[in-house]
Amino acid sequence: MRAWQSYRLRLQRRRWRIRAFRKRRELKAAADRTSVISRGDVLVFSTLRNERRRLPHFLKYYREMGVNHFLIVDNGSVDGSSDYLARQPDVSVWRTDKSYKRSRFGVDWLNWLAMKYGHGHWCLTVDPDEYFLFPFCDTRPIQALTDWLDASSIKSFSAMLLDMYPKGRIDAQPFEEGMNPLDIASWFDAGNYTISKNKRFGNLWIQGGARARVFFPDQPAKAPALNKIPLVKWDRRYAYASSTHMLLPRGLNLVYDEWGGEKASGVLLHTKFLDTFHEKAVEELDRKQHYSASVEYRAYADSLSQNPDMWCKWSEKYINWRQLEILGLMSKGNWA
Amino acid sequence: MTLNVGIVMLVHTALHRAEQVARHWAGAGCPVVVHIDRNVPKDVSARFREALGSDPLIRFSRQHKCEWGRWGIVAATQDAAEMMLAEFPDVRHVYLSSGSCLPLRPVAELAAYLADRPQTDFIESATTADVPWTVGGLDAERFTLRFPFSWKRQRFLFDRFVELQRGLGIKRRLPNGIVPHMGSQWWCLTRQTLSAILGDPERRTYDRFFKRVWIPDESYFQTLARQYGVTVESRSLTLSKFDFQGKPHIFYDDHLQLLRRSDCFVARKIWPRADRLYSAFLSGASGTAQQAEPNPGKIDRIFARAVERRTRGRAGLYMHSRFPNYGWENGQTAEKYSVFQGFADLFSDFEPWLARTTGAQVHGHLFAPDRAHFAGGHPVIQGALSDSAGLRDRNPLAFLTNLTWNMRGERQCFQFGPADTQKIVPHFGTDPNAQVSIISGAWAVPLFKSNANFADLRTTAARYQQIESKMLAELRKPHVKARVRVWSMAEFIEAPMEPLQTIIDEIGQTTGRRLTEAPKMEDLTGFGQFLQNLKNQGMHPYLMGDFPIDPSPTNTRRKPRKPYLVR
Repeated sequence: MRAWQSYRLRLQRRRWRIRAFRKRRELKAAADRTSVISRGDVLVFSTLRNERRRLPHFLKYYREMGVNHFLIVDNGSVDGSSDYLARQPDVSVWRTDKSYKRSRFGVDWLNWLAMKYGHGHWCLTVDPDEYFLFPFCDTRPIQALTDWLDASSIKSFSAMLLDMYPKGRIDAQPFEEGMNPLDIASWFDAGNYTISKNKRFGNLWIQGGARARVFFPDQPAKAPALNKIPLVKWDRRYAYASSTHMLLPRGLNLVYDEWGGEKASGVLLHTKFLDTFHEKAVEELDRKQHYSASVEYRAYADSLSQNPDMWCKWSEKYINWRQLEILGLMSKGNWA
Repeated sequence: MTLNVGIVMLVHTALHRAEQVARHWAGAGCPVVVHIDRNVPKDVSARFREALGSDPLIRFSRQHKCEWGRWGIVAATQDAAEMMLAEFPDVRHVYLSSGSCLPLRPVAELAAYLADRPQTDFIESATTADVPWTVGGLDAERFTLRFPFSWKRQRFLFDRFVELQRGLGIKRRLPNGIVPHMGSQWWCLTRQTLSAILGDPERRTYDRFFKRVWIPDESYFQTLARQYGVTVESRSLTLSKFDFQGKPHIFYDDHLQLLRRSDCFVARKIWPRADRLYSAFLSGASGTAQQAEPNPGKIDRIFARAVERRTRGRAGLYMHSRFPNYGWENGQTAEKYSVFQGFADLFSDFEPWLARTTGAQVHGHLFAPDRAHFAGGHPVIQGALSDSAGLRDRNPLAFLTNLTWNMRGERQCFQFGPADTQKIVPHFGTDPNAQVSIISGAWAVPLFKSNANFADLRTTAARYQQIESKMLAELRKPHVKARVRVWSMAEFIEAPMEPLQTIIDEIGQTTGRRLTEAPKMEDLTGFGQFLQNLKNQGMHPYLMGDFPIDPSPTNTRRKPRKPYLVR
């Protein structure tokens, strides 16, 4: 890469960090327990809005994985999400009513929190509807992974977003508080992903899956990106660029092998498609707070009103991470 | 009464685990000499000493700073070994281990095993020329260059200094003509060999030499043991696997059964938080096979597979952690596949016939402009791959690689033609898995059969001819790796069974049987005249070869329509 390009990316990163620093004023701590974070803790960062029903299982899942502390930004929930979170012993919550869009879809807020609290920690940035899977996650805690990554001098870990959906109408089974969303949305598309390289940031750009198949067959270029790098050994000089799709410095985006081998990687099970989805889509369409004029939500709202069954004959039912590894959706790499 | 084996333990992290293991050894009657890395904070090492100090079988040797790849580790080992030999006269074998080693079998079994082999040194030791393990390109040069800089902390200087020495052609002389050997640093030596090495009058010469060797802990004892050892058994009693970067694989709780069945005496490295492993192996539960030889075969295979996966990957897989550069795919697609151009035009029942004869999955035109015509007309196939033309044309190569990956284990055949989207053609060419069979000019048959306006037919024919000739040019480029076969239509219908037999044989799902049934050829009466009409209109159809106007060549060859045996 030419020095000029490298310099421009450096400036870009700096702009984002300044932006994150300025946006810190928008966050009001509702419960700040960051003093209990100790060296070597694994942290989860998340932004959410009206996700009360999902939270109990979300916290349970990541606690069992070995996550030590949660740092969460509540963007104007009215369903009691932040009160619930504020009662948890291992959660710090910040509230804000400011624009999600103008904080670059929450990235500025989380960049700030990571800059302040994440330095030197393994930071996992996930949405409340995303469930992180890594190789051997059923038998080893996340510290086994992070220790191994440390020993291998690896600083970032890739996980593709895998859209999960129920069989039948999306709203057929009600999702109640505390339920495991994977019990309802347990199906996924195994082999219809397309990849290209983003030359500027060096990351891969992945599209496809159920969302592309059902909602974007006619405008595939607009299908949402599925590449994510959620787990990073954070340094205060780092910055996420757009969502967790890519970050700077660009070396962190090199989570894939280019010489034929497979690097170790995981999957983020994306459980967006539950009965709560339709109302959410309508609301988000109204708020216009999402990416690219909420083109995604427009596509959903159109299709959803017609036939909200994403399931097809060749959908796969989720069993465990080993199944995903055999299907080639994640890899153990040289971790054994 | 102490056992015949003494343990030298090098400790630098996870001291609580090292403490547990040291107690375990000592509890079984093994003398233990512990070396604590001087980099360990003072208070931590003091607490550790205090916890173990009361045990009469545990001693602490003089502390050195240990850094990976440098002399400190050897110096620490020397001191600790000297202490062991001096203070525990009963010790016959000295076993070198680390704080992250875990004994897998009862200590008594190890003692018995060594007592049966009182003269044997267990030390992996091979000449540099013969080992493939070295990572980073330095093998013989470890001994012939000097390494005063730290690889971990002063990488830049390290690399530059290596380059400088290479450039100047500087080489060190090996003292006393020793032959450098390398191997795992975890050995088990007899008192005889070890004391000979440590008490050698030339030891200062050797030490001076090895101080500037890179990673001397993998070569110092390995080289010198060859000078004195009576019976050198070149293997390590410690189960220790390395990945492709030369860093040790780590064992976790879920390896418990594997480790149990390995019958190895000691394993490293154990994840410090692998509670189940520590409690299972340190609880003193007796092993099953008393005199079993260590048998790490199964573990070897698992870790060898991991290295293979990391370096070669799965052929034909494109994913978020494997996206090979062009030429580095180890197989652009997962499986062999066949592309047929013109066959379905010439034979009315080609697809069902092909499916019948080969048992392969036979699709229609996968790259048709309207949609992907999957076998059976399904809108979605394995892997939830959709037939949408939009999704497919967004990335035709990914469509093809997805198809072969999703269907791996099953041969894919599909039709292609000049009416299809052509972006995929160059990829056929570069893929050794592709078998492309083309009857050039056969696209004229459906035009000839169609009932369309002749002026339109003429334009279409001109376009198809252009597209097909471009495709043929692409597939004739010098770098093409696909198996490409081209017949002009005239040539093909002269003797259709031979080429068909060749193609079918190559697909290879039938076991060398001769074709008993031919596909049904379209009636070509008047085709020559049709071509002549095109010519008369100023278009020059040449890809199909020479067809006489009349009588039609097909009139004389009805045979292919009937099932018959080629002999």
